[in-house]
Order: sequence, then structure tokens, then C-alpha cells
Amino acid sequence: MPYLLILPVIVVMAAILGYPLYSLGRLSLQQYGLFELVQHKGKYIGLDNFRSVLHDQVFWHTLERTIVFTVANVGLTMVIGVLLGLLLVRVSTWVRIALTSALVLVWSMPQVVAVQVWQWMTNYQNGVISYVLTELHFGDYYHHDWYGSTFSQLALVTALIVWGAVPFVAITTYAALSQVPRELIEAAEIDGARAWRVFFDVTVPILKPVLLILTSLSILWDFAVFTQPFLLIGQPHLHPGNYLMGVYLYETGYLGTDFGRGAAISVLMLIVVAVLASFWVRRMVKQDPAT
Amino acid sequence: MTVRGARKQLWNAVALLLTVIIAFPVFWMVSTAFKPDDQIFALTPTWIPLHPTLAHFGAAIHKPYFWADVKNSLIVVSVTVSIAMVLAFLAAVALAKYRFSGRAIFILLIIGIQALPGAGLIIPLYVVLARYHQVNVLSGVIITYMTFVIPFSVYTLRGFILGIPKDLEEAAMVDGSTRLGAFIKILLPLVAPGLVATSVFAFITIWNEYIFARTLLNDGAKQTLTVWLSYFLGTSRNTDWGALMAASTLTAIPVVIFFLLIQRRIAFGLTSGAVRG
Repeated sequence: MPYLLILPVIVVMAAILGYPLYSLGRLSLQQYGLFELVQHKGKYIGLDNFRSVLHDQVFWHTLERTIVFTVANVGLTMVIGVLLGLLLVRVSTWVRIALTSALVLVWSMPQVVAVQVWQWMTNYQNGVISYVLTELHFGDYYHHDWYGSTFSQLALVTALIVWGAVPFVAITTYAALSQVPRELIEAAEIDGARAWRVFFDVTVPILKPVLLILTSLSILWDFAVFTQPFLLIGQPHLHPGNYLMGVYLYETGYLGTDFGRGAAISVLMLIVVAVLASFWVRRMVKQDPAT
Repeated sequence: MTVRGARKQLWNAVALLLTVIIAFPVFWMVSTAFKPDDQIFALTPTWIPLHPTLAHFGAAIHKPYFWADVKNSLIVVSVTVSIAMVLAFLAAVALAKYRFSGRAIFILLIIGIQALPGAGLIIPLYVVLARYHQVNVLSGVIITYMTFVIPFSVYTLRGFILGIPKDLEEAAMVDGSTRLGAFIKILLPLVAPGLVATSVFAFITIWNEYIFARTLLNDGAKQTLTVWLSYFLGTSRNTDWGALMAASTLTAIPVVIFFLLIQRRIAFGLTSGAVRG
């Protein structure tokens, strides 16, 4: 009986995911360009795609950039998210409702919509961010080109991603924190000197499982991020010097119509993700109610 | 005022300032959408449009392919969600209510698949779908979306089914019903909220999806709304920010509404399962 119930899912998943994954392995060993796409048939070339990718400086630079980018994004997301979660416990109810509403609103923004709004806020002619920063005397940002350097481009992508990811972390942290006995938080607040002790002895252990899952999820998402860098930096401004892994793979494999090479990059990327994910998967399986 | 009271006021002030900063981009989108062009292009911003106009919304919905692409998005969402829910529900019942060999591996696969990044699957899915003439048709995108909606739904639905008290189902079996009969009579109504929450979350994920839709659908009339929005600016040098913000607002509205309805359940679903983001 149970096999009958899971059979449809197994058949469908084998066809729509298992088969493409098998094809991915095969493609990575083939020369497969536009010609082969039309013929539906690749030419076996052994490990040449991998050899060429691994000898390409662009691959290693992109990998390095993506790792730094991921560390920065996950770090900022987690720190800001957890601080907001801690703040939510300390404010009056009406303030908490206001802040939570803002967070949920941001959380619900589709990525493509968010990109358009950020592009409008940072546009060269009259971006509102330039205006506000200038008015607050952070410097003269009038007609500032936010897309002028690789660092600035990736910093904008980071701001966009962190802004979008913080609500999930903040609200989940707050939910976990509301399980901490109220008296303990109050004791920590009154007894200022011991506040940090209580924080590390009571709050952190309660948050730890949630934070581990949030951190590993963020790593998985940010490492393979595509939509935000691809659309915010924008096609005309993308070049090997500002690629992140997802963009690199897309530009090489799909837009460059070198599907074999793209497949090799995908395989390498999936290997890195598998290593990163093994920790998360193990935790999920361990905390599973029925295994 | 006591020290504690003062400290609370301080936290309140900080939180309110952060509320304004966090919500600002969303506010700015809506505010721009309602603003006349001279205020949009002025160097000194107008924060709140005192004489709001609907002109930009008119421009947005009369842009080519808007309605066609709204329709496409709705078709893709409804077909994917209905097929995925039926398949996922059956598997979730098996996982929650039966012990069988291979079950642990199945659960491991369901969790593991959700860690696969979409970007890594683009190339093989594109090549395989091209081989079966599924590029530039909605069915190809629907197939692709199933790859991540099904595992996520199996996992979440199983969680909801596990949450139902066992005695209810046993009571039904004492009545002489078969095991499956007991589910349909007693469990289905109880799982209904879980089914709704999972469907809505799948709806949001699919409605927002970009990379697969962009890769698999090249024809303006055959795209989904997010792809339509991403091409909105085109190559023109004079950006119509008002219309773009109106279009963005329209794209976001269904998601925001659904999101507010099920936000509490999503927080639960995401920490217990995951969905590709």
C-alpha cells in the first residue's frame, strides 16, 4: 500500500529530475553547442570540459569571489536578523506590530520586483538613496554612479539580498526567542551586569538549533544566487570580473551556448553545494520526527 | 521615568527608525507608482503624492503582453499546484502513516533535493526539454516547477499529517472503515488547512520564479509575469519609472495578499522544510 502511494512521486521525479541529472553528467563529458542542440546529439570528449574549466582563471576567481560574497551576505543577514529578533522582544507591543509588519511586507516582495525598485532608488539621474545620503551629509552623492565599480555593484547586490533575507531570520529568531521564559529575559534586563551571562547561558542555547538551520539555508541560497546579481547589475554590465557562480554558469552555458562546458561548471558547483548542504541535510534528518 | 522605562523607550525609538528604513523601498515603489511624471523626474523627491494619478497603472497594463503574461502565470501556477498537491499528498500520507523499507532513503532524497540550487539545473533541464520540444511552451515550465514544488510539498504536508492526533484516525478504523477510507473521511478535512497553506506557498514560489521561466520562454506572448517585468525597461534610454513601479506594484500585490494570509505557517514550513529561494 505505501509503495502504491509514493509510486507516482517516484516515477514523476525520476522522469523530470533524475533524467535531467543523468543528462547533466553526460553533457559535462560532451562537446555540446548550438549545432549539437539542434541535432540533439553531443560528441563525447571525456574530461576535456572539466580540464578546460579548471585551468580557467575565470573559474577560480569566480569561485573565490562567490565564497567571499557568500560569507559577507550570510554574515550580514544573520547578524542583522538576529539583532532585529532580539529587538522585537524588547519593544512595546504596538512597535513590535509595526516592525513585524514592515518585515513581512519586505519578505513578501518578489525578487524581480525588489530588483526594479532598487534600480529606481539607485538610478544615476535622481536616485532617492543618493538624495538622502547627500541631505544627511554623508558626502556628495549627487549624480553618483552606484554601478561604477565591481565592488559597488556587488555591494548593491549584497544590500538587496540582505534586505530581502533579514525578515525571515528576524521573525524566526523572534519566534524562537518567545520560547525563552519571560522571567529570565527580565532578570537579564534588570541585572545589567549579568545580562551578557544570561544571554549566553540561556538565550543562545535556545536559539542555537534555529540559528544553525538558518545559517546553512542562507549559505545554500546565497552561494547559488542568480536573479539579483543578474538583473541588478544588468546584462550590459556583467563581465568575468564581476561574475558570481550562478551568473558565470548561465553566461557560459546558456547565453554562450556552450552547454557541455556549462554542464561541467554545474557539476562542480553542485559538488560544492553538496558539501555545504550535507551539514544541513544531516541536521534535518536528525531532527526529523519519524526517522 | 524608571531606568527600565527609559530603556524601553529607547528600544522603541530604534525599532521605529528601523521600521521606516526597512519598509522604505516598498513605500517608495507604491508612492512612485501614483506620482505624476514631473514629480518622479524632479531632483528633489516628493515623498507622498498629494495629487495621485492612475496614469502609470494604465500605461503598465496596456503594455504589450501584460494580460497574456498574467494569464500564463495563472495557468502555470494552477496546473503545477493542482498536480503537485495530489501527488505530494499521496506520498505524504505514505510517509506519515506507514513504516516501510526504503522510507528513510525516500525522506533523505526529499530533503536533499530541496538543497539543489536552481541555477545548477538550468543547463540540463534546458537541453532535455529542448529535445522533447518543451522549450517556449508553458508545459516545459510546469514540468520544471514540479521538480521543486513536489519535494517541498511532500515534506510540508507530511508535517501537517503528523500533527493530527492518532486517536481520531483510530476511532474511524474501529468503525470498520478501511485504513484509506479513514483518511478520506476523517483526515482530509483536518489536513485541509495544511493543504491550503502548502498550495499558497507553492503559488508564491511559482509566481515569483524567474530563472527557469526566463530561460525556457523566449516569446513575449508566452512568458510569465516576472519575466515580463524584467524586460519592462527594454532598451529605451528614457526610463518610464512611473510605469515600471506601477507594474512592479501589480506584480507584487497577489503575493503580498497571499503572504499575509499564511505568513505564520510559512515560518513553520521553512524551518522544518525548505524551498529553493
